[in-house]
Amino acid sequence: MRWIIGIIILLLLIVLPLAGYNCGNYYAIHVAGLVGIYCILCVGLNITIGYTGLLDLGFMAFCAIGAYTAALLSIKGIPFWITLPVSLFLGGFIRYLLGAPVLRLRGDYLAIVTLAFGEIVRLIANNFDWLTNGPKGLPRVGERIAEIQLFSLVFKNDLQFYYLIFFFLIGTILISYRLEHSRIGRALVAIREDELAAGLSGIDVPQIKSIAFVLSGMFGALAGAIYVHWIGFISPEMFTFWESVLLVSMIVIGGMGNIAGAILGVFLLVGIPEILRPVLGTKFVDYRMLIFGLIMIAVIIFRPEGILKSKRRTLELEERF
Amino acid sequence: MFIEQLINGLTLGSIYALFALGYTMVYGILLMINFAHSEIFMVGAYIGFLVLFSIPVFCPQLLPVYFLLYFILPMLGAGLLAVIIEKIAYKPLRHACRLSPLISAIGVSIFLQNLIMLTVGAQSKTYPEKLPIMQFDFFGVQISSLQIFIFGLSILLMIILHIFISKTKMGKAMRAVAENHIVAQLMGINVNTIISLVFLIGGGLGGIAGVLNGLYYGSIKYNMGFLPGIKAFTAAVLGGIGNIKGAMAGGFILGIAETLAAGYISSENKDIIAFVILILVLLFKPSGIFGKEVTEKI
Repeated sequence: MRWIIGIIILLLLIVLPLAGYNCGNYYAIHVAGLVGIYCILCVGLNITIGYTGLLDLGFMAFCAIGAYTAALLSIKGIPFWITLPVSLFLGGFIRYLLGAPVLRLRGDYLAIVTLAFGEIVRLIANNFDWLTNGPKGLPRVGERIAEIQLFSLVFKNDLQFYYLIFFFLIGTILISYRLEHSRIGRALVAIREDELAAGLSGIDVPQIKSIAFVLSGMFGALAGAIYVHWIGFISPEMFTFWESVLLVSMIVIGGMGNIAGAILGVFLLVGIPEILRPVLGTKFVDYRMLIFGLIMIAVIIFRPEGILKSKRRTLELEERF
Repeated sequence: MFIEQLINGLTLGSIYALFALGYTMVYGILLMINFAHSEIFMVGAYIGFLVLFSIPVFCPQLLPVYFLLYFILPMLGAGLLAVIIEKIAYKPLRHACRLSPLISAIGVSIFLQNLIMLTVGAQSKTYPEKLPIMQFDFFGVQISSLQIFIFGLSILLMIILHIFISKTKMGKAMRAVAENHIVAQLMGINVNTIISLVFLIGGGLGGIAGVLNGLYYGSIKYNMGFLPGIKAFTAAVLGGIGNIKGAMAGGFILGIAETLAAGYISSENKDIIAFVILILVLLFKPSGIFGKEVTEKI
């Protein structure tokens, strides 16, 4: 039964945008693409926050690293299918270098270090004009980001990018799902519940943590690399601390440690406000963050597991004495 | 040049130190990072803005009274706000997992920033210059009366705090709660009152720091708390989080380091330097300069 529902949803997600595009509903396709990008980010961040229980407040830094790498290379005319692996590698590698010393830290200290790292990346993007063109963003005047080409197909409009993002999102979800139910996934849950006990049970805690941390950073870089090709422009202010916080709140509100929860969070915090924007006007978008703040407090107090509970994430958030 | 930078650093450092005290006191007692403290700093600055604008000096003879009003009201307002935040957002989570209060605090932070942005406006406001500012010249070194005032007031508040914590009965109760909640409760201390008191004092000091920051830089904005907040937190960690004297020292060290870095290395990248200091301290000496090594209880 669940399989049938899943396949129906999948078919709808493939067919509906095509129908919508032919009816001239371009804005909806754009929103759908944006939701897809945020889904990749959240499914990636969920590996760190949800599975491993490490609070990461600077996740957008890795999105920025992926996006800037892709932009800088593709301005030089290098095709997407080469820049993408390079972005992923660089995002993962920098995340590995950060994680090696930082993952030893306790939970809240780790949160602060990732926050500081996120700000450092943003400030570097903002201040190092020779590399990133500072606050004016990339590409510089006269340059352009190369189009994505697949055989003879050139990705140009929102619909084509929607399918590209959709394809990568499915891949992300499959990897994340397989990870959750693998040996590593079980090790991650054990580390989240009790790091010491996990270590004593023979789990190589630093290595497993590092795998999860790096993998999730690569998803961030993936989202960044696709996004920059789609929009054709990046600037440092896309990667502020509040963007990272928004990602965390999506996961917290949707349900930690749960792919469906992360996606629900994206729909609630990005999809619905964007859909309502033309209806309610920009005033509503201003109030959006105010309401998110309140929802975050309410969810963590009254339903700490998030709206969609993860089956495996049982006792961690409850009283422990 | 060097001495002037040092004086700028001391002024900035005294603001950071006052600000850091709130982080360190709350961490000492609840073992949580009060992420919303940077918003208390911001709200304090806005209350100060309101007070400075709405209470003009009518008769100059009563100048000290006005002076007191200008600083007591933001202090009380910010302190009460901190207490209310604790009651609503942190108290229900006292026994939850350690990340829960942090996420709740981020929620409070988002809420307060956007509340101020939507009600007061997203533009920065110019701080009223009610205090007469004079420039002094000591052997070629320029010092403004504002700098002396900021430094003096911070030192005074820190001395009062130190006496309060080390000499009074309330202070003793505070130290007892920081040591162990359950045992303190068994000794007849009302733990909830003490926690509220800590938030009141920490929030009040944060509010004052906000007013001083507004006076020093001349303008305030709804997101002004974020960067100084992280720097004040760095100061608290640098001195050993949970340690009150450490926070004061850490504030001064960070303030001086930042102005010297801005003066001699690169003023554009001074924030990067502050963040790098934060990461390095957390990595190599997470217990800070004055903090004691804590082995994790199992």
